Amino acid sequence: MHPKRKQRLMVALSVVVLSSATIGLIAYALSGNINLFYSPSEVASGEAPTDRKLRVGGMVVEGSVERASDRLETRFEVTDFVNSVTVTYDGILPDLFAEGEGVVATGVLGADGVVTASEVLAKHDENYMPPEVAEALEKANAGGASQ
Amino acid sequence: MWRIIHQFGSPPWVYRFCDRVIPWLLPLTMLALVVGSVWGLLYAPTDYKQGDSYRIIYIHVPTAVVSLAGYYVMAFAGLVSLVWRIKLADTAMRAAAPIGAAFTAVALITGAIWGKPTWGAWWVWDARVTSMLILFFLYVGVIALFQAYENKAVAARACAILSLVGTVNIPIIYKSVDWWYSLHQPASIKFTGESAIDASMLYPLLGMIVTFYALFALLMMLNLRQMLTEEHARSSWLVKRLAH
Repeated sequence: MHPKRKQRLMVALSVVVLSSATIGLIAYALSGNINLFYSPSEVASGEAPTDRKLRVGGMVVEGSVERASDRLETRFEVTDFVNSVTVTYDGILPDLFAEGEGVVATGVLGADGVVTASEVLAKHDENYMPPEVAEALEKANAGGASQ
Repeated sequence: MWRIIHQFGSPPWVYRFCDRVIPWLLPLTMLALVVGSVWGLLYAPTDYKQGDSYRIIYIHVPTAVVSLAGYYVMAFAGLVSLVWRIKLADTAMRAAAPIGAAFTAVALITGAIWGKPTWGAWWVWDARVTSMLILFFLYVGVIALFQAYENKAVAARACAILSLVGTVNIPIIYKSVDWWYSLHQPASIKFTGESAIDASMLYPLLGMIVTFYALFALLMMLNLRQMLTEEHARSSWLVKRLAH
């Protein structure tokens, strides 16, 4: 290769490498801010802020959803399978909200450890399958559990 | 080997190449788009949780995948233009930018349309969605930067550097859902191990991804041919070719 071109190639590649390293380090330093939500364990250990709005994400605990009879208010627990946080929400939940499904709730963490949410989003997982397959899987799982 | 590579630096050869490939790639891509859409939108089964709204993946995922790959095409052309000073390479870089921007925009818009019924929000500032928006700005930035300079050789060099620096965003977009807590779900198609999407839904999706790659190549060639026609309007080879 022509020495001048070789030099230009080296300069171009070092631009890529150095800018990647810079942005990589910035992203690493800011990773706490890039995370969309806090996990219930982070809330339990006191890492989550209590003076401003925050998001808490995790799975809705099976059997934890309580709905008020006269209002829209719903109360449920969100878990990361280590710790869990109670969330109350007075509004319309997304269609995919269900027990055992992922959610991200935006709200304020009170002194009692309960998050009063102003918005609840459903976090969809990566699994896609036809209803028949889901049914068959469920049956297989139930069969396996009873044996 | 070197002769074949050198041919790609020659405008008359590339122009002739585009002229030869477009007539059969165009109908083939259109046919694949129709077949893929009908397969994905009508014949693929509904999802057990989302029902029919999941079908937007047949547009959303292919456009998103190709917008990432297209960025590498643009950045590679930028590198060649920067190092070897081949004029055709910066034409190719500029030809890729608006196509990539359009694919990224479609991915963002279809994502928003899907996000409203599924997540409950049109837009969320999570790592995946935000880095995808940055990709869109990078494509638009390359287009705008080229317009900003009077001297087109300097403009091409600036665009090449911008597109090279922007390549860092591509692995960030790809891995964002694994590195950080995001609302966007992780990838369903896995290169190693079993995919998290059922085969009956996966095959039309893979078909659409291949089709969108072909669509990108087709649009790229159409755009490149158009730009070469403008740049070489007075070149004897083009005048001769168009006279036929």
